[in-house]
Amino acid sequence: MRVVLAEDSVLLREGLIRLLDASGMEVVAAVDEAEGLLRAAAEHKPELVITDVRMPPTHTDEGLRAALVLRRQQPGLAVLVLSQYVEERYAAQLLASAATGGVGYLLKDRVADVTEFIDALRRVAAGGTALDPEVVAQLLVRGNSDPLERLTPREHEVLRLMAEGRSNAGIGQSLVLSEGAVGKHIGNIFSKLDLSPAEGDHRRVLAVLQFLKIRSLP
Amino acid sequence: MKVPRPWSARAWLDTAHVMIGLPVAVLLGGLTLVLLVWPRLLMRSVPLFTRVQRSRFEAFLGARIPPVRSPSSWRSAATRRQIGYHLLSPFVGFAAAVLVGLAWGGAIVGLMSYLPQRLQPPPMEFEEFDLRDGKVVAIYLAIGLVLLLLAPVLARGMAALDLSVARTMLGPSRSELGQRIETLTESRAGVIDAADAERRRIERDLHDGAQQRLVSLAMNLGLARATLTDLPEPAREAIEQAHEEAKQALKELRDFVRGLHPAVLNDQGLDAALSGVAARAPFPVKLHVDIERRATPTIEAVAFFIVSEALTNIAKHAAATRAEVSVRRERERLHVLVYDDGCGGARLDGGTGLRGLAQRIDSVDGSLRLSSPLGGPTTIEVDLPCE
Repeated sequence: MRVVLAEDSVLLREGLIRLLDASGMEVVAAVDEAEGLLRAAAEHKPELVITDVRMPPTHTDEGLRAALVLRRQQPGLAVLVLSQYVEERYAAQLLASAATGGVGYLLKDRVADVTEFIDALRRVAAGGTALDPEVVAQLLVRGNSDPLERLTPREHEVLRLMAEGRSNAGIGQSLVLSEGAVGKHIGNIFSKLDLSPAEGDHRRVLAVLQFLKIRSLP
Repeated sequence: MKVPRPWSARAWLDTAHVMIGLPVAVLLGGLTLVLLVWPRLLMRSVPLFTRVQRSRFEAFLGARIPPVRSPSSWRSAATRRQIGYHLLSPFVGFAAAVLVGLAWGGAIVGLMSYLPQRLQPPPMEFEEFDLRDGKVVAIYLAIGLVLLLLAPVLARGMAALDLSVARTMLGPSRSELGQRIETLTESRAGVIDAADAERRRIERDLHDGAQQRLVSLAMNLGLARATLTDLPEPAREAIEQAHEEAKQALKELRDFVRGLHPAVLNDQGLDAALSGVAARAPFPVKLHVDIERRATPTIEAVAFFIVSEALTNIAKHAAATRAEVSVRRERERLHVLVYDDGCGGARLDGGTGLRGLAQRIDSVDGSLRLSSPLGGPTTIEVDLPCE
């Protein structure tokens, strides 16, 4: 798999390259700022982009903005955003940016759990989602969560794990449920959130999107 | 104003103030007049004279005249006012002392007319007022009584007059006070902004330095843990432990740094920043944020700090099962409300947490209201100004 990496800390960049190499991915370009990322992504046509949020020159959110640009320019390109702090607002922007292509937003700490991190990368590259549990937790503090108030606590939990990007099997494992029971919960969630079956596989992403949009974006 | 009685301490202090004021004023006024010839010496003496007068007002009347810090030169308005006061005060002092002295003296003489002949002062030269005449004695007595009641009032009035003249001429003028307030306000805002900038700088340093190193360390340990599977048991255990500790350290550092100043606050404002704080609380928090226009970075930082600190306090002391945070902007005010259903009993003078909050709120001219009966619930209401 061809990967473009943007991270301004040399130490972490080198470490990530080593980690990706070890897991059989090919880092075709590694850059240290957002402009370079846009150029490298245009030049190398990678399958996956991994980017930090805060990068030079302003050290605010240029990595995220670059990711949004990339998702608009190259539909289907999988993007994983890494950050020291994860904010639900950024996640919402990222998820709302395009409905195609995988998207991930993880805390940098997750890199430490190598196997899980690589799993998340593969999931995103394959068009799935990987949302940090911290982001998901932030979504639950909103007071005006109307559509979600119809959900039972169990369904809430299932939706949360869905938002993190877990599969039915993964959800079943972490909640100690059978896959069939998970499927039933998910079916209930879809109907409570008014997602018709015609939308097929994307309903999963749409449910998560709705979960993220419970607060209005600016 | 309460009328002082002739035998009260107030009356005696006022009288003493006025009577001692005359010789002091004459002495200082005279010296000032003489020293007008040696301006340089006068410049040095004036502050001293002023100190003497200020201590007199403080000693007898308990009134503090705020000092003026001014350059000792002719051009300084404050210095000229002070010289003016020392030249004027002998006249004020004379008028006051004469009036008060006459009142007390008249009262004494009048009342003494009742005494038997031999104890009386030598008879006055007015033939028609014969003190052996009962009517005359009655008139004298009446006048004496009136003067006795009047003297303390007069002393009070004269002391007040003296004080108000001194306040105007020895203390800072209105415009000087206004200027000082302006300077103080500016320098305070500067200090707050500097402290805020410092927090941002520390946050940035940690973000670019220690945090990245720790992530890298944790990642390498994770890589070692995942790949070096054929190590002897103790070595593997050591790596595992180091890995877990590195992750824990990362988490602690992250929480600390985020509390300093979350980067998202700059980019996306309070709303976005607060959802992170609320989510990390160890109990469910409901968050409502209703802000049309963003406040200044300083006010946003203060509001963020309030919520962050309040939730930390609740986690530490309140044993709450849930909390609610609401931030609302109404024109020029930002209202912050933090509610919890914990055990209550929070006090502003108790721990350092709430006091720190109050200080931070004071620093931007905000107000804080705390309701926390024993047994709960606790509500903290904060009002911050914002343009």
